[in-house]
Amino acid sequence: MSSSPLSSLPEQTDELLASIAGFATLDDLRDAEPAITGKRSIFASLQKSLGSLEPDERRSAGAQLQEARRVVVDAFDARRQDLERAARRIVLEADRLDLGDVVESDVSWALTAGHPGLVAITQQELEDVFVAMGFNVAEGPEVETDWYNFEALNIPPAHPARGMWDTFYIDLGEPETVVLRTHTSPSQIHLMEHAVATNTLPIHAVMPGRCYRRDTPDASHLYSFHQIEGLIVDRGITFGDLAGVIETFTHAYFGSDISSRLRPGYFPFTEPSAEFEITCTICRGEGCRTCSFTGWIELGGCGMLDPAVLAAVGIDAEEWSGFAFGFGIDRCAQMRHQLNDMRALTENDTRFLEQLS
Amino acid sequence: VKISLTWLREFVDLPETPDELRSILDDLGLVVEGIERVGEGLEKIVVARVDEIHAIKGADRIRLVVVDAGDGPLEIVCGAMNFEVGNYVPLAPVGAVLPDGMEIAERSMRGVISHGMLCSPRELHLSDDHQGLMILDDLIEPSVGERLVDALEITSDVIFDISVEGNRPDAWSIEGVARDLATRLRRPLKAPALATPRSTTPSDSVASAGIDDPDVCGHLTVSVIRALSVVPSPLWVQERLRNAGMRPISNIVDASNFVMLELGQPTHPYDASRVARQTLRARRARPGETLTTLDGVERQLAIPGRGLGDTGEDCVIVDGDDHVLGLAGIMGGASSEIADTTTEVLLEAAYFDPMTIARSSKRHGLRSEASHRNERGVDPELALRAAARFVEILSLSVPELEWLKDPLDVWGVVPTPPTLAIRDQDVERLLGIKIAREDIIAILEGMDFTVAAGDEGLDATAPGRRPDIREGTFGRADVIEEIARLYGYERIPRHHPAWSEVGGLTARQRLRRHLRQIAVDAGALEAWTPSLGSDADFDLLRSGEPRVRVTNPLAADESVLRATLVTGLVRAWARNVERGTGDVILAEIGVVFQHPSVSARPRLVKGGVGGTLTLELPRENERLTVVLGRPEDDAKSAVALWNLIKGRLGLADVVVRSLDEAPRGLHPTRAGALVDRGSGAVLGFVGEVDASLVNAITSVSPLRRLGVIDLDLDALADPDLATRRSLYVTVPSRYPSAAIDLAFVTPRGVNAADLADTLRHASDLVESVSLFDVYEGAGLPEGTRSLAYSVRFSSLERTLSDAEISDARATLISAAAMINAELR
Repeated sequence: MSSSPLSSLPEQTDELLASIAGFATLDDLRDAEPAITGKRSIFASLQKSLGSLEPDERRSAGAQLQEARRVVVDAFDARRQDLERAARRIVLEADRLDLGDVVESDVSWALTAGHPGLVAITQQELEDVFVAMGFNVAEGPEVETDWYNFEALNIPPAHPARGMWDTFYIDLGEPETVVLRTHTSPSQIHLMEHAVATNTLPIHAVMPGRCYRRDTPDASHLYSFHQIEGLIVDRGITFGDLAGVIETFTHAYFGSDISSRLRPGYFPFTEPSAEFEITCTICRGEGCRTCSFTGWIELGGCGMLDPAVLAAVGIDAEEWSGFAFGFGIDRCAQMRHQLNDMRALTENDTRFLEQLS
Repeated sequence: VKISLTWLREFVDLPETPDELRSILDDLGLVVEGIERVGEGLEKIVVARVDEIHAIKGADRIRLVVVDAGDGPLEIVCGAMNFEVGNYVPLAPVGAVLPDGMEIAERSMRGVISHGMLCSPRELHLSDDHQGLMILDDLIEPSVGERLVDALEITSDVIFDISVEGNRPDAWSIEGVARDLATRLRRPLKAPALATPRSTTPSDSVASAGIDDPDVCGHLTVSVIRALSVVPSPLWVQERLRNAGMRPISNIVDASNFVMLELGQPTHPYDASRVARQTLRARRARPGETLTTLDGVERQLAIPGRGLGDTGEDCVIVDGDDHVLGLAGIMGGASSEIADTTTEVLLEAAYFDPMTIARSSKRHGLRSEASHRNERGVDPELALRAAARFVEILSLSVPELEWLKDPLDVWGVVPTPPTLAIRDQDVERLLGIKIAREDIIAILEGMDFTVAAGDEGLDATAPGRRPDIREGTFGRADVIEEIARLYGYERIPRHHPAWSEVGGLTARQRLRRHLRQIAVDAGALEAWTPSLGSDADFDLLRSGEPRVRVTNPLAADESVLRATLVTGLVRAWARNVERGTGDVILAEIGVVFQHPSVSARPRLVKGGVGGTLTLELPRENERLTVVLGRPEDDAKSAVALWNLIKGRLGLADVVVRSLDEAPRGLHPTRAGALVDRGSGAVLGFVGEVDASLVNAITSVSPLRRLGVIDLDLDALADPDLATRRSLYVTVPSRYPSAAIDLAFVTPRGVNAADLADTLRHASDLVESVSLFDVYEGAGLPEGTRSLAYSVRFSSLERTLSDAEISDARATLISAAAMINAELR
């Protein structure tokens, strides 16, 4: 074996490793690459010399050479990363700024107009109407359990009504127990549970918030959207009160020439349930394409709280009654601003954003 | 569901116009989503025979067809290819107007004149089929020149497309819709014609039926029908099916579908010769059993599914050898399907447990007209009536059929219809209106409730077809809804309730609005970036860490709930840069999510079936993040904006402290924490966006500095963490104040705001302290810099003397020395 061309490979490898460790700059290291691992390296020349060996010997010598080269390449790469990190550190250090030292008078600030988001201002306007009507504003989380999003709302597991909502499930807990809320209604449950626990009934509250449904985005759907939900739990509340509150809100928000009507609908959490419609805001009730020539457009759903929901949160249905209603904030924005493609809301094009005030 | 007006009129007298009916139906909650008129505009269409077909030179998509419609050869140019010489097809002659309003005129195509048009079913609005011409040979005994409406016995009809709510399975049929209308309009509901068995042979002498698991199959009836032949249904039956969106197949299958549409009862006909021992039994499927359904798919049965609480139950129908024939109530198997040779049928009409059907149907991804109805719940008592109607319809095409007497009738467990005590005051208490008792009785009896006088009102027993009516107080609400619905919601007077509490926003909601207003006032545009992002985005800043993942995303890059707003805002900024509109400040208020396994305090919330589990939910942290992307923006402008926000929010004492390790996404050496000196809490961060993040997600070049502020609303809204200035105000001195400048040499570690604070509190005479210059470099020791402050002194009592100012100056200098700041 002494005649092997690789007889001094271990020593040669050690020398290369030592020289790699000696490079202090990335430029030097890069310049040396051909001589250390590339075309002008011992690995290239030894590779050629293997040609003269017997096939068996050639195979084992080849493997030995590959292994030695791998060690050197690894060391080379490690050194390069060290030097790169150091170089980045130097750049970052040169860039260092103690933000406690900023002298404010040195900062010039061009005066430009800012603009709030369309959904945000719509939500604020809606909240303001409801606050003026005597409602509080409450909120809830976006990730909920199946209990709050479904079961406490009288939608048991495998109930076909669960199919009414295209639910995004979260990879936590048992399958289908954690969801991105599909509506703001779970906030009602939290609110009622809290009021029962703290003995603070009655409740007059609206609950705005972001919801999610597994809807392929198009001009009229986004997978996330915003709803506002209203809830009253009090003594002696009737369906007539529900219709009255809806009508008061409709006039206050949409204008005195827009009115509301209720027609029977179905939601597992209300009984009786209703869809509420308002005078078409495009044609003011005359009939047009938007309202399919009926003069009415559907805005949301509502109804008297189902006794099963009251039972789930421990409210005595003999003493208390109430109603809930809900509708889309984005939809109100769409109607008021004649937005013909909802996707613009999340595209954040400044030319779109700058139109809002 | 598609409801034919002609069909409805067989059940109730309806002189109203379609538009009048539409508003009545809407008001009943049977929302009409569309009205379609069929069979109109066909008066001039005639039956024609194809006599010759010729190619047209230079055209391969159209041919010249010579037809005879009774007046001799007529040349027509036609694009359809699905016919041959001898076929009978519908012809719209010149002058005819098609249902869609198109008027037929002579047209020249490729130099050939077409004297009319041959039509597809869709062009005639007879079905959605547009595969080619309507071929009439199989439908009728064709006679050339006959009007199509006469040949096909087409009557013009109005089809309402009605959306039936999930709680009204009873309305999912012609009879169900008719019952609502009859009750609302106070008109009688007419019964359909039913057959009676015409045989002396008892059914149980030749067939048997059984229920092994009475909880999944509540009622199973089997009728034996003999002496059958498979022929086309009468044309009017076919038309009814087509108008309802179903395809006519043969008399037996059509009769089954007809009854389902009319009465709401799905039935299943089996070819009796292919059912072992003439036996049908219902039971749960066992693990290992398989079934090839009519759609040709082999299905593994009784495998627990992924759905919540799904233990894998399937209800199946088996034969006398215990072989599975079909997935009960959902879809039959191929082995016992009706064939052309069928002469004897076993008709299954049954009631299955709706929940079992719902789970099976979801798990197998099998939806059928039958499963839709069964999973909502059919009338448990309807089966034999439906069988009688099936036989009645079938005997129209096979008058000689034999229906064996005493059909097999086996019961399992069916829900007992509840009886509910409805006191007069209950109705008034829920609805806010008194409804006369006789009106209530008329409504409930119209809907087939059994009504008896009760203690203080009525006792109403629901019909079996109303699974939505529950027991006890829940059911009382259900019945009152039914009363309100049929009475008319719009007849209930409106009233606005009053209460004594005032409404309002919480402190946090006011803070959020305030922050939005400040950012907008400073020139920010409010953005809305996606809550769901990709794994790659998440890994850019939090490689390998646990993330909150959606199990069923719409797209792979929308599968992880965001952990920061910075990434989305930078991307939104970059898109605007590409459009040439990127010199802006973008701000977003939104929630970021943290996996409970890395949360210090995971949210514990009840969940699972019955709410019996305690689940760990992600931490939701609301933030305001601002990205400053104007050309001159950098960390300094971010600090300036923060100072504006701090001042407007009235935060007492928050300083920007440099960080050993910047939060991810921020520039490692140009970021600071916003520390409340009172509580020690970090309220957010300020600095620049990490250039490597900008590089990774945008192609903006040359790279710009982006200022960033990232505020934690949870901390800002907590008065224990974000210390507010006192509400009390002070009146400034009316005496002149004196200003001096002081410059200190300090090690880099000394925070300029800390030093300013030391100076401010060193003497009662200090009115204000402000930093006006920072210098480092020549003339100063390594690792130090000079901080120059302008200090104003004043007193509420007098004009300060030079000596007092000089003393105060000395006090400030020695106080500064205590924290390692030497006067320069």
